[in-house]
Amino acid sequence: MVEVRLRPGIADPQGATIERALPALGFAGVEAVRVGKAIRFLVDASDDIAAREQAEKMTDRLLANPVIEEAAIHVEPAS
Amino acid sequence: MSGRIGVVVFPGSNCEHDVVRAVELVGGARAELMWHGTSALPDVDVVVLPGGFAHGDYLRPGAIARFSPVMEALGRFAADGGPVVGICNGFQVLTEAGLLPGALQKNAGLRFLCTTVPVNVASTASVLTTGLNLGAELRLPINHFEGNYTCDEETLARLRAEDRIVLRYAVNPNGSVDDIAGVCNEAGNVVGLMPHPERACDALTGNTDGEGLVRALIMAAAGQPALTRPG
Repeated sequence: MVEVRLRPGIADPQGATIERALPALGFAGVEAVRVGKAIRFLVDASDDIAAREQAEKMTDRLLANPVIEEAAIHVEPAS
Repeated sequence: MSGRIGVVVFPGSNCEHDVVRAVELVGGARAELMWHGTSALPDVDVVVLPGGFAHGDYLRPGAIARFSPVMEALGRFAADGGPVVGICNGFQVLTEAGLLPGALQKNAGLRFLCTTVPVNVASTASVLTTGLNLGAELRLPINHFEGNYTCDEETLARLRAEDRIVLRYAVNPNGSVDDIAGVCNEAGNVVGLMPHPERACDALTGNTDGEGLVRALIMAAAGQPALTRPG
């Protein structure tokens, strides 16, 4: 899974809207809400390291825009 | 001799005919549609990336379009000084392709904006604003959800120092940094803007404030005047 999120310091209007909505529902004390994307996929790779390498290349070329986004890659064996 | 203006059509573009029509109305160049799947540009003098939702805007606006076959040829055309203008979705494609700095993210306020806003000409040293008066106020239609121009401090400082902020909103509608509505590359031949000048060229619609910008493109297609930039 590649988790794409806005870089720190980039304004997140979606996160801000959610943060404003939560207190109205009785959830007090929530802050720093940030909205990102989770992109899940299966890759055919010999091991975790090879899978991660592929995911990193995909992230650099397509999945994230480095001007405003950063990504965290989580690799797990397919079940 | 009148020039040729190529308007790229991606699957999901929807403003290409408006651009062709605006060029016809203002007059002085021929505009024609070009499919995004072509890997060699036809013999055109100016390329326009029109508004719309190229490739459905999936993932991010412009993220898929930047890999269309035409984009590689467009990159070479731009590097050789060829005039390229991206309008709205076209601007998003140019930033994703790295032909212009920064990115367009969701509007502050999370509203899709469809209105007409006052915009000021902030630089005349671009292929789109040659011949206009610096500071001139134009009323131009905007029509976007992701028009909030974002870049880091260093990029913003460069854009300012190099006179590359082409258009600024008189009243910021979407949260764009420094009220930016349009920027250009170092050479001034690649310009991106969120407003739609092509929709403000017909007196029948009550607004012809976009004519000057379209005329600048037509002049560029005719090969004049040469762009002079400081430095």
